[in-house]
Amino acid sequence: MKLHGIKVQHRKNTAASAPVRLPVPDEVVIPMSMHIGKPASVVVKKGDAVKVGQLIGERDGFVSAPIHSSVSGTVSKIDEITMSAGQKVQAVFIKTDGKQEMAEDITPPVVTDFESFVKAVQDSGVVGLGGAGFPTFIKVNVNDLSKIEALVINAAECEPYITSDTRTMIDKPDYVFKGIEAVRRYMGVKRFIIGIEDNKKEAIKVMKQYASKADGVEVSVLPSLYPQGGEKVLVYNTTGKVIPQGGLPLDVGIIVGNVTTIATIAEYLETGIPLIEKCVTVDGSAVREPTNLIVPIGTRIQNLLDACGGLKEDPAKVIYGGPMMGISVPSLDAPILKMTNAIIAMGEKEAAPPKTTQCINCGNCLSHCPFRLDPKGIMHAYNIDDCEMLEELCVDICMECGCCSYVCPAKRPLVQTNKMAKQKLRAYQNARKAKEEKK
Amino acid sequence: MRKLISSVSPHVNSPLTTQKIMLDVVLALVPAGIAATIIFGWRALLVIGVCVAVCVFSEWGFEKICKKENTISDLSAVVTGMLLAYNLPVSIPLWQAALGSVIAIVVVKQLFGGIGQNFANPAITARIIMMTAFSGTMTTWVFPDAISTATPLAMISKGNLDGLPSYLQMFLGYRGGCLGETCTLALLLGGVYLLVKRVISWHTPVAFIGTVAVMSLVCGKDVLYQLMAGGLMIGALFMATDYSSTPPTKWGKVIFGIGCGLITVLIRFWGNFPEGVSFSILIMNILTPYITKLTRSKPFGAGGGKR
Repeated sequence: MKLHGIKVQHRKNTAASAPVRLPVPDEVVIPMSMHIGKPASVVVKKGDAVKVGQLIGERDGFVSAPIHSSVSGTVSKIDEITMSAGQKVQAVFIKTDGKQEMAEDITPPVVTDFESFVKAVQDSGVVGLGGAGFPTFIKVNVNDLSKIEALVINAAECEPYITSDTRTMIDKPDYVFKGIEAVRRYMGVKRFIIGIEDNKKEAIKVMKQYASKADGVEVSVLPSLYPQGGEKVLVYNTTGKVIPQGGLPLDVGIIVGNVTTIATIAEYLETGIPLIEKCVTVDGSAVREPTNLIVPIGTRIQNLLDACGGLKEDPAKVIYGGPMMGISVPSLDAPILKMTNAIIAMGEKEAAPPKTTQCINCGNCLSHCPFRLDPKGIMHAYNIDDCEMLEELCVDICMECGCCSYVCPAKRPLVQTNKMAKQKLRAYQNARKAKEEKK
Repeated sequence: MRKLISSVSPHVNSPLTTQKIMLDVVLALVPAGIAATIIFGWRALLVIGVCVAVCVFSEWGFEKICKKENTISDLSAVVTGMLLAYNLPVSIPLWQAALGSVIAIVVVKQLFGGIGQNFANPAITARIIMMTAFSGTMTTWVFPDAISTATPLAMISKGNLDGLPSYLQMFLGYRGGCLGETCTLALLLGGVYLLVKRVISWHTPVAFIGTVAVMSLVCGKDVLYQLMAGGLMIGALFMATDYSSTPPTKWGKVIFGIGCGLITVLIRFWGNFPEGVSFSILIMNILTPYITKLTRSKPFGAGGGKR
């Protein structure tokens, strides 16, 4: 069985350009929610002097992650900001002093076994850097380590424009493989598969070179077919394993980690510096000089755009991440987050919303869905409020990759409806469960 | 600083639009129109013109009256007009052609909700209604030199084999028949164009034409003749591949094609009519929702079972 996908224009304009370090901005804004789960709680107050790597947000609850200062300077205020999904979150505003002094307590963690490895991953503040932002320590804290057959390293980077993972592989291959060695040593994993789309020749070359010197590391070169980097897609295409409906990769003996996530963990193990800066691809039709920038987390988007030769035109839409699954930002004052791997600034023409017309039943959505769902049927079921039909059509399997909306000649909001349908189905199933429990 | 657009992903769409798809179908139909004009004379062009104009006008008028959004720019009415004209004899009275066009657009397409909503192919249904209403003019096959002739299939079914056209005449379209259905060469050109542009998939035409070929062989008929005669080529390439009235699934298309082929052969070999392509497609149109449901694929990993 072959999973469907779409051929998108790659637009990897920045793949060959080494990242440039942005001068420290005058101010950074560090929100307490840069991960899936409960926001961290602020542990500094207005007027406090902070240093690079200092803890400013403590993990709160199980699914949460600690947050560190990316700069040295003074906390100017602690205030609520509105994130792109509309939720309000506490953020620490820091006026920088430009010295970038390291916090005194930064030393490489002492890791001797699995428990201390999980603790180190937790303290590093690393979350899923492919864009999801799931706290990584929860992923590596596997109850039964013997269940893990392989670690699949997600280096597909299938979204248009983004090249930050490509640059990780080219610029920090040592860290990628040190990360692999750490997982081997502390988790007992023996097989490693690095999945890369075939449009990243340079990265493939470097990874293959390193893999030849390492034990049990395969480089799996995959066709450049979006969404190659979708977790279930990648696991299937690299191992042939089908992750069941509602299941996790671990159900089929696999753990998946983004390549930059792995490298960042290795960097922390070696230096003790937590996740405080990111390599971000800045591109899009409104950007004059597309560039990869290394910036402190919390840097405002405006600072990044200024560093790329300014703008060709006023951006009409700016997104975190790639154009297929990225999230539009409320304003250019919004900060770079832990999981931000790209800022795409779209001009008027690129951002213009397409005109929706009536469905012509062409079947493109069916024949391009990687998971063989029926987006047209789901839209119908959603519109007539038929939750049983939504269940039958397995809308919960949808990974929201957006292939259906992309290929639709009538430009219908298919994946957009899937997202709402998933919520509707979940509410329906929860209500049903509650009713059954009552009986 | 202006306000940024806020929207849900994806933030990029393919350049494909309904209008582009329909334009491709129109282009694919052009060779057959040129062939018809060469074979049957200028009146062929007149019939095509009337059908297209009336189809577009009815769509515009109906939407105006119903205060619906105007959709004539999607070009689907142009396609319906061309297909209907291609399914009429060149000598058809123009008012009948115009009436057929109104039936196709208003009754079969718009009353069911417009583009994508009609369960039956508008051109085919209109043609069948016209065959019932105007059986005389709908079965008079006139060449430019005003010589009336029968269609090859009618000749075969009457056992009159002497006047049959040669293979080459059949391939080029010099035979009695509806104005756009006779030139196999032109229709194949258009079909290949649609396949290359991925407007249609190979499943339906191959299943449809293949079934007719196999059944002809089994029943001891002249296979090539059966393939080039009647409306098989235009039906299999342009009408059985209509989006809204046929299954969107791969296997659904195969079943649809086989069904069309079987019904066509049944009518041709044993039925009262010499030709059955239109009826076969209409009957399969009616079965389409069931075929679609039957052939829906199992989603990836569905059911939670490990494979």
